[in-house]
Amino acid sequence: MPKYIFYPGCSMERSARPYLDSTLAIQETLGIQLEEVPDWNCCGATEYAASHLLPSYALVGRNLALAAKQTNGTRTLVAGCSACYLNLAKTDHYMRHDAQLADRVNTALTAGGLQYQAGSVTVRHLLDVLINDIGLDRIRSKVVRPLKGLRVAAYYGCQVPRPDYDRRFHNHEYPNQLEQIIKALGATVIDFPLKTHCCGGHMTQISEATAYEMIRQLVHGADQYQADLMASLCPMCQLNLDAYQVEMNKFFKTSYHVPTVFFTQLMGLAFGLDAKALGFGKEFVSAAAALAKIGVEAPPAEVDQVPPPAKLPRGKPSGLPMPRMPGQEE
Amino acid sequence: MAATPGDSRLEMCIQCGTCGGSCPSGADMDHTPRALFALIRADLRREVLRSNTPWYCVSCYYCTVRCPQEVHITDLMYTLKNLAIRAKLYEENPAAGLAETFTDQVENFGRSFEFGLATRHNLRHRPFSLPGLAPLGLGLLSKGRMDLTPRRIQNLDQLQRILARAKQLEEAV
Ligand code: SF4
Ligand code: SF4
Repeated sequence: MPKYIFYPGCSMERSARPYLDSTLAIQETLGIQLEEVPDWNCCGATEYAASHLLPSYALVGRNLALAAKQTNGTRTLVAGCSACYLNLAKTDHYMRHDAQLADRVNTALTAGGLQYQAGSVTVRHLLDVLINDIGLDRIRSKVVRPLKGLRVAAYYGCQVPRPDYDRRFHNHEYPNQLEQIIKALGATVIDFPLKTHCCGGHMTQISEATAYEMIRQLVHGADQYQADLMASLCPMCQLNLDAYQVEMNKFFKTSYHVPTVFFTQLMGLAFGLDAKALGFGKEFVSAAAALAKIGVEAPPAEVDQVPPPAKLPRGKPSGLPMPRMPGQEE
Repeated sequence: MAATPGDSRLEMCIQCGTCGGSCPSGADMDHTPRALFALIRADLRREVLRSNTPWYCVSCYYCTVRCPQEVHITDLMYTLKNLAIRAKLYEENPAAGLAETFTDQVENFGRSFEFGLATRHNLRHRPFSLPGLAPLGLGLLSKGRMDLTPRRIQNLDQLQRILARAKQLEEAV
């Protein structure tokens, strides 16, 4: 059974728990084994490097050093979160290309009794591993419950296709690996030109109007192409598109309803696994109607879920939301 | 700017404006990335470090992959944030506050703690927006998508020694 070194990251353990649960759930079906990096620390997301540049590389360096020590017959380090993946890949990339940086990171690591030789692990995103190592044929062969009739928008966000130091995705703006997997599961992939546009990242914490407009454009795009749901490969994107879709609707007084789930949850569904075990029911924008389309009964919704509107707003143009002046209340 | 890892290629900028045109946060920035690089070239240090541009960068890397001169724009934004903090020239802004809160968590626990992040950050920078977002936080909690207590890594001491040494090295430059 092929083994991988696995870095879950803080979000996958928390807000993106369904991503972790579904990823772990499908590994058996796919015949792979993900072994967690022992005692890994936070990757720093997009925040730590803002205030401490060199320490941010040392922070990630500790994870790389721990992963490199983990001898399990592989040197492939897999991450599911886009930011974790990028930070691991970036640190390794720059340590390979900048001897001074590598030297300084290692001087810092020595203080903790660690060392990392750049290039000793290969950092890859989960999507890359699933499509290139497992392959579409294998994935297709495991499908017992085809997602027939389900219209899915494949959403990549930014940090997997860009900067993509090792050129794994061939195209920075129009990759298609996620679509290929979703098609292999039997679902219909819709056109989604905004598939690599930004979800807003941490902008919800900084400038609401900017963040909500970014989220609105994505949700609107998926809605226009009549997507039943969006498939995400990143905890931050999913949080913004799901939890903040509710806030965005309040902000613009709109009633979009496009559930956003992780692509691994869809894989699990197609492999016949239990919807609850895959984390369905934890999304804010309920995916129950989408699941019903493929004959799966959604697990009991956990509180506060937004059910689909009785009358879908489709067909009628939703119009442009008007920006409000500062201080203008709802 | 030499602190940027690798070769940032800043001096290769031909002022074409592709970066600004690709930027999802462009509307909020006081200078487009292109304009900021012109200011750097003109050595207007104060103007550059006071700019809100790096703080509105969401690290989407559109500019970086589209730049015809392969300038490492996103990486430069991180360097500029660091320089602004060091020079104490940045305006008190939510983005810098977020980075600071996050940094504290990482250094004290080794993991980030989203519940703590959201509340501490909001209390500091947007006290009035907290009630509105409280349902979201509660929703995450009830869905088991957020914890009330931070998780601590086992070898926190090791991590702290590594980070302390890295900070010394950085300050020594
Ligand atoms: S895209 Fe590149 S060359 Fe063009 S203005 Fe921006 S940094 Fe300069
Ligand atoms: S990486 Fe930053 S500066 Fe570049 S396009 Fe994205 S938000 Fe704008």
